[in-house]
Amino acid sequence: MIKETAKQIEERFGKMDIKIPINEIESRLEKLVNEFKVPAEEAHRSVVNYFLKEYNIPRGDFYTQDGEASTIKVNEITTDGKWVNLTAKVAQLWDNTHESIDQVGLIGDETGTIKFIKWARAELPGLVEGKSYMFKNVVTSSYQGRFEITMNRTSHIEEIQEDIEIGTVDVEFEGAMVDIQAGSGLIKRCTECNRALIKGVCGEHGKVEGTYDLRIKAVIDDGLIVQDALVNREVTEQLTGITLDEAKQMATQELNQEVVLEKMTEKLLGKYYLINGPRLDRYILVETVSPLPPMEAGKVDALLAELEV
Amino acid sequence: MASQYSREVAHRVFAQEFRDSDLSFKDSNDQYSPQYLLTPTGAKVNRMFIVGTLTEKEDIGTDAEYWRARVVDPTGAFIIYAGQYQPEAARAIAEMEAPAYIAIVGKPSTYQTEDGNVLTSVRPESVHIVDEATRQRWVAETAQRTMERINNLNGNSPDATKAREHYNTEVSVYKQMLVDALKEQTQE
Ligand SMILES: [Zn+2]
Repeated sequence: MIKETAKQIEERFGKMDIKIPINEIESRLEKLVNEFKVPAEEAHRSVVNYFLKEYNIPRGDFYTQDGEASTIKVNEITTDGKWVNLTAKVAQLWDNTHESIDQVGLIGDETGTIKFIKWARAELPGLVEGKSYMFKNVVTSSYQGRFEITMNRTSHIEEIQEDIEIGTVDVEFEGAMVDIQAGSGLIKRCTECNRALIKGVCGEHGKVEGTYDLRIKAVIDDGLIVQDALVNREVTEQLTGITLDEAKQMATQELNQEVVLEKMTEKLLGKYYLINGPRLDRYILVETVSPLPPMEAGKVDALLAELEV
Repeated sequence: MASQYSREVAHRVFAQEFRDSDLSFKDSNDQYSPQYLLTPTGAKVNRMFIVGTLTEKEDIGTDAEYWRARVVDPTGAFIIYAGQYQPEAARAIAEMEAPAYIAIVGKPSTYQTEDGNVLTSVRPESVHIVDEATRQRWVAETAQRTMERINNLNGNSPDATKAREHYNTEVSVYKQMLVDALKEQTQE
């Protein structure tokens, strides 16, 4: 963590042709973070400011080195440490996990969604789910391989009248299937509205006959993130090798609809998959899924090399 | 404020590190607040995902079935208990034959002996037979996750700080554990 931050700071000053020894940056960060328990973001800021003073650089020059924060779309965020402007709608607000965070959740525009963190220290106005805003001077960062944006003291937020339509983008996720949830397997759907029936009852239309369908509501987990996945009939058939007709036969033979779910669970649970498809709310709507082979030898060697330094 | 769906992540921890863990706690006094086990490299575990070799199983129940199983990874063994509160897992274990590669999703559990030792075990939510590829992938992935935790151990995250303070973690021991676990793979 400290090493990465130090590298970022070194590179940032490097762009201004100022060469600061990285161990000097590291030791300052380490002191703040480890000895004085300063949060990482604050330590970063403090060390940057120290060197700005040391080299007599106006803060404004440093923070606008690459010109004004550029106005971009969510899917154009591909590097961290960039200052950007976004026009986006608040898709979700999540439960807050830390006192240093004011709000956290997802914002999105027509090109997709991205996680945001609004620091409590930033003292910015509260965001409302479903409303659209102009976010000025927010910073991109990456955490465990995913991009996010942070809103801090120099950011501005303005509500706008326009209602932004949030677009979907295909995302990939790999991990182990750790759960298959109730309502998976052979299900019935309402013929009127296509909702899944619960014990033969549609939430909207009451008790109806319904038509059979296959689907899987799976939980994929990579040890860091829990990802919900919805698998439709076509992909379920391909993944499990059980067709809708076969599933109906199985259920009829056993006089039990649940037998299909049991078979699927037995086959899929505890194994690794790569899934791909658009993100919708907390789900990935799975369009393709493939079982993952053993970890590549190259990756194992790379890990070993990292350990043996 | 819509609440985020908050299923607990299934952490990846090797048997050796799991056995070394003895700090369990809750984040609040609320009786429904989840129980966590903090490991020496700073994983805060309420749920875990394990893939290993089932080497022994025994029904130690008196009235009802109560299964104890031993599941081995390259660094040691996990002890699994499944009884009437884990009916599906207990039934699955009953039907399995050792040795077999199995995947377990479960909750960590600790037990303090009279002489003050803390023993760890796992209460499974599900147990399934898997293949060798899954086992290999789990070892590599668990090594990677453990490595990430070791790299973050000097940071200021609450879990890392707590782990450092409680265990005074000897990082070299766990790095060696990872090297040994991964070496086994390159020799296969
Ligand atoms: Zn209906």
